[in-house]
Amino acid sequence: MDEIYDVMIIGAGAAGLTAGIYTSRAKLSTIILNEGAIGGQMVLTNEVANYPGVETTKGFSLANTMKKQAKDFGCKIKSNIKIAEYHLTGDVKSVTLNDGKEFKAKSVILAQGGRPRSLNIPGEDAFKGTGISYCATCDGEFFTDKELIVVGGGNSALEEAVTLTKFATKVTVVHQFDHFQAFQHAIEEAKSNPKINFIMESELRTFSGNGKLESVSIEHLPSKSLSEKKVDGVFIFIGYLPNTESLQGVVKLNERNEIVVDADMKTDITGVFAAGDCINKKYRQVTTAVSDGTIAALSAAEYLRTKK
Amino acid sequence: MKLLQTAIHEIETSAELEKIINENENVMVCCGRMGPMCIPVYDSMEELEEERPNIKFYSMAFDTPEAAPIRNAPMCSSFMGLPFTVYYKNGKMVKATTSIQSREQIEGILDEHFETVPSEK
Repeated sequence: MDEIYDVMIIGAGAAGLTAGIYTSRAKLSTIILNEGAIGGQMVLTNEVANYPGVETTKGFSLANTMKKQAKDFGCKIKSNIKIAEYHLTGDVKSVTLNDGKEFKAKSVILAQGGRPRSLNIPGEDAFKGTGISYCATCDGEFFTDKELIVVGGGNSALEEAVTLTKFATKVTVVHQFDHFQAFQHAIEEAKSNPKINFIMESELRTFSGNGKLESVSIEHLPSKSLSEKKVDGVFIFIGYLPNTESLQGVVKLNERNEIVVDADMKTDITGVFAAGDCINKKYRQVTTAVSDGTIAALSAAEYLRTKK
Repeated sequence: MKLLQTAIHEIETSAELEKIINENENVMVCCGRMGPMCIPVYDSMEELEEERPNIKFYSMAFDTPEAAPIRNAPMCSSFMGLPFTVYYKNGKMVKATTSIQSREQIEGILDEHFETVPSEK
């Protein structure tokens, strides 16, 4: 007979791993099923400097420690899987993988996380790695003495624009609005940098080049006028999308496709909880994901205790 | 000295790289750092290593001078994103990719260039 776990966690980012640490330490049989890289958005962070109690560390290092903690408490982790179907409404919940394997549990914590948003315009896939990048720390040095565009107006975009001035001769920030969403200190730092200039109320429309990125077309939104700009590289920092496409019709989502939860991380389905970057919330940090994962795990434990 | 914290074997010298690609029919090498675009590729390779015994999987630190044969390979000349992932068939580089790749993308390349041998599950 198939094993029925106490808790099945979908996702192995900060929220999922934290939930796994808590439930497995509470002696609840736990499996984490993970579709992406273990660590989720944590491994996208080069340095984590504001995680309380931990001196500046690498994102992957923090993720590895969390993974080890979960495993040491007996949590099973299965990664690089693809989930084909969710059946979450019964007393015993199950998911079926693309290869037909089925996993069952008495409770589920959804912690699918998010992913960097892409522009989805012509040429974006073709020039990924040959001019288009989503990681300044990884790829900045390839653009030494080159001219760059940074797309976005939040903290990541402006902070990474400043970082890229260490390498590039000129960085142009292209943003769709007439103001930035970033914190004031990030705006001031970017604006005071002589290598950075700004094109506001504008969006990129196409990427062009021969083997590598050579130019972009930019639309000025108020006038709808298009202009061509020669450029060596484009770095895209326009926020994140929740990984909840496969949950449409399965669990209640809001207008941004985030899972709707209450303060105890309960979804609209009994015995199903959610945590991390895939839920409806304002702030997305490793610390908030850890908090969500903790609450979801404790709520799941309480649910299992009262169900007996 | 090993610079990458992955479960796959890390090649440390260009001589070792040369020996490996000459002694093995199918070789995949991910040349990168412990960065967000590289780690998902290492993770996929760790799992594929168990499933594809006919292929040898290795990592190599991008910043070591010993990685010059990969960094300077003609197939990688236009690359501007880590990691540089290269595939060798009988000692010859047959495919190279830049930046993050999904497991599906990697499997597609392995299926195209390396004969598939069913894993013993």
